[in-house]
Order: sequence, then structure tokens, then C-alpha cells
Amino acid sequence: METPPLNSLYQQLILEHYRNPRNRGELPDGTVEVHMRNPVCGDEIRLQLRLHDDHIAEARFVGHGCSISQASVSMMTTLLKGRSLDEAESLASRFTQMMHGDAEASRDPSMGDLRALAGVSKFPVRIKCALLGFDALQEALKRSAKGAEP
Amino acid sequence: MHRLDVGRVRAEFPTLAETVNGRPLVYLDSAATSQKPQPVLDALDAYWVHDNANVHRGIHELSRRATEAYEGARLELARWIGASDAAEVVFTTGTTGAINLVAHAWGLDNVREGDEILLTVLEHHSNIVPWQLLARRTGARLRYIEIDDQGRLILDGLDHLLTERTRLVALGQVSNALGTVNPVKEVAARARAAGALVLVDGAQGAVHSRVDVHELGADFYALSGHKMCGPTGIGALWARRELLDSMSPWQGGGEMIHTVERDMSSWAPVPHKFEAGTPNIAGAVGLGAAVEYLSALGMDAIVEHERDVLRYALEGLAAVTGVRVYGPESLDERSAVVSFTMGDAHPHDISTILDSQGVAIRAGHHCAQLVMKHFGISATARASFYLYNTRADVDRLVEGLEAVRTIFG
Repeated sequence: METPPLNSLYQQLILEHYRNPRNRGELPDGTVEVHMRNPVCGDEIRLQLRLHDDHIAEARFVGHGCSISQASVSMMTTLLKGRSLDEAESLASRFTQMMHGDAEASRDPSMGDLRALAGVSKFPVRIKCALLGFDALQEALKRSAKGAEP
Repeated sequence: MHRLDVGRVRAEFPTLAETVNGRPLVYLDSAATSQKPQPVLDALDAYWVHDNANVHRGIHELSRRATEAYEGARLELARWIGASDAAEVVFTTGTTGAINLVAHAWGLDNVREGDEILLTVLEHHSNIVPWQLLARRTGARLRYIEIDDQGRLILDGLDHLLTERTRLVALGQVSNALGTVNPVKEVAARARAAGALVLVDGAQGAVHSRVDVHELGADFYALSGHKMCGPTGIGALWARRELLDSMSPWQGGGEMIHTVERDMSSWAPVPHKFEAGTPNIAGAVGLGAAVEYLSALGMDAIVEHERDVLRYALEGLAAVTGVRVYGPESLDERSAVVSFTMGDAHPHDISTILDSQGVAIRAGHHCAQLVMKHFGISATARASFYLYNTRADVDRLVEGLEAVRTIFG
């Protein structure tokens, strides 16, 4: 299979998030924390959320890895603040759709900067990188939902 | 010594003619697995098409041929690593299989609580994790030879690390992550003087040097076929005959027994005692063909050629802005593996960009996370060279890295 041109992958916005990640750092009063690691490549993300009722009041992360994994989680955190758990869940599934090549998802304004990652879908071996932060998010949401059960 | 005719060599590796992303493939990932020459592919094909039968049991013609091919490969391999007795060569699934065999069959009977196993920080996970599992079961303790800032073993403190409790020293001949060639002879001599046995992980060593297990001073030597032009799923353990004789079987089954009673059985002589079940016959045949192929070319000529490409690569990479090469500075302490990072471009990104130009390298921790930790990094990009690589391949690598620089600036 021919690899598509690299400029569809390495958009400026991705490199910008990679070099200046948003919401990077510890969240001292976080309520849920998930550590995700891709054992194949060693990329790591520790995602921390502070939940208020059923909303995400704050999202931060620390981690290291390739430009795709780190830019993706940085972009993701900018969209989580103020969202309900359900909205966060649908953001995650919308992003997964985009990784599977859904062109409509890649035009969805609610996806914000994440749309710059649409090109990753054409590089199958890199999709896992882009999903690492969302894997952490989904695990965090799962744990929060469990914790909320009476 | 004759020179290697690289043009002729390349023509024998069909995979090298592949076009990847519109460019002729440049394969710089042989440390992960080598490509296979036509004579090996032909030997595999001939075995499946003409000789396929089970070994050591049939009376019929095909079984005789299969057995002859299988045992012939063992003999070929034994000669190649300088073993005087082919019965000292046990076929395994690879280096990992060989090391696990030793950890079980030797380790469980000979390692006790408080005993020590000495490893090095350079080891591949396959020469760490089996010993961790053994240590957990026996209460033994793992100790490590540290490395310096060039990724070379620090042997100053070796006499302190070797104690009366040291049962085994297990070390790689060549580091797959950095290319460091370890002074195995020296470590082995000091280990044996201290009363410890020595296991040498030859997964990379057997690829890049002429091996003589006795000269190395090894008690156990493990290798993989697929890194040296053979198929995957086949490798070997060499061990001194008296050690193999004294060891209990690891796995039970057909092929490894002498007689079977209701409560107990007796074992077949070595090496069959350690080859339970129908072995990877085709794999062994392919490995035998690989050894024959490499022998005909001459290991000295191969090593000399690799050195030339390695020297050229180190010079080429040094000229690329932002590249930092890890491992020994001296060519004499290095094998044909170059691990590097480049500015803030992550190794995976480097690999994707090179791949888009048909250049295949490895990016990651190379199953050597202790090495990565030592240098405070999580991954490197790694270009590894073999007998079929050329200076032109290095030029394509350097050209690709310029594209990395354009994107990551």
C-alpha cells in the first residue's frame, strides 16, 4: 500500500501541540487518574480529571511519546473542560470514528483542534498513537461511572 | 581474505527488490530480523515439496530423508559455532526459547535461595525476564553489571559483583540496542574463575562475528536463526555436554523419552532429551542452509563489509544536524547497529517519515528498557546493517533524515 503524503500527517497544528502541550502537568486535586502505556512503543500518558457532579471541571496530563500521541492528548484536554461525562464519551467515540476514516467526523466543529489528526487514519500503524489519550479518557469515564454507583 | 561481492549478494535476496512507497526498499532493520537469501528459500521449498515426514521414527524413505536433513543441519550449525560434538546443539524456537530452557532445566535444579545471577544493564528482555521468573521461584537475587556513557560494560567492580553465591553470569555478545560488542572472553574467564557458569546470548553476536563457543569461554550459548538469514521459529542452545547430560528435561513428550512406564520414564540421550514433540524440521533445514550460505561467503568477508558500511553510516549521521548517536565511539567496540535520536523528533515520527521514503528502520525501546533508562530516554531510532546493505543505503537514510529535519525543523 502506498503511504499518502506526509503533509497529511504532520500538520503544523500537531507539531505546535507537541511542542507546547496544553494542560500538561499535575492536577493536585484530581478525582480520577488513569495511567496508559503502549507497551509496543513505550508511549505513556497519565491523565488526571477533576470531576464536579457529572462534569469535568479540569483535565491535565503528563506523559511522553511521539508527536501524534502527545498532540492528541493535548488537544483532547482542551475540549474536556466543562463537558459532561456523556459528552466526553461521545467525543471519544467521534474521534475513534475519525480514526476509522469517517470524513464527516473530521469536519465536525465540536472536534476542535483534533480535526488536524484526521490524516492519521491513513497511517494504520499510527492510529494507536492517536488513540492513547482517548483510551485513558474512556478508562477514566468507566471508573467514574462505577464510582458513582450507589 | 576475499572481498564480499555485495551486488551478487543483493541479487540473492528477493525481498530487497521490493518497492516501498514508490522507492526501492532500503532495509535497515536486520537486527530485528534479517531478509532471506534464495538458497534458504529453496531449501525450505525442497524440504516441503520433496522430503516432508516426521523425524527419528519412520522407517520409510521420506522419514529417513527428513531425519538426515534435520540432523545434517545440526551438524552444520555445530561446526559453525566451533562445537566439537553435534549432540551439544539443541534446537529451540530461538534465543528466547534457549534461555528459557536453561532457566528451567538448569536453573530450577541448581539455583537456590540467596544465590545470585549476574546480568548486565545492556541485556535484551529475553536475557532478563527468564531470570526474574527463576529468581521469583527460587529466591535467588539478580545483580547487574552497569554501563558507562558510551554503553560499555563497567568491569572495574566485576570482582565485587562476582561472589561465592554467583551461580551464573548471563550476558549478550552484542547489544541489540546500541551495537556494543561486549568483552565476553574477559567476563567469562573471570566468572568461571569465581566458580560461576556463563551463558552468552548470541542473538546478535552470531550474526556479526565468527563464533567459537570454546574460545568465548561459554557454558551456554543461545542463538536465533532468523537474524542470520534463516527462518523464524528456529534457534539453538549450545551447552557443554556434561552440563546437558546432568540437566533434567524441560518439557516432556514424544521424541525425548527412552522408555515410558506408568509412573516414570527414562530419557533419550542429548540433544533429544530437550526436544520434546515434533520439532521445527523445516526451520532447522532452513537454518542449516543459512549457515551453509554464510560459510560459503565467509564470515570474515561479511564482517569486513559490515564494518565499512558502519563506518560510513557513523560519519554520515554525524553530519546530520541534531542527530545524537548512542553507543561506543570506537569502531572496535561496535557492531553494525546504530541507535540515535534527532532533536525533538520522536523516533516513531522519524520512522514514519523514513518509511514514507522506503527506508525501514526500527523505532522504540528495542526490548532493552534498562538501556533506555540508563540514557534517560524512552526510545531511539535504530538502523542496523547486514551483509546486503551498502553505502548507497546509508545515503538514502541520511537523505530521509533531512526530510525529518524539514518537518520537525
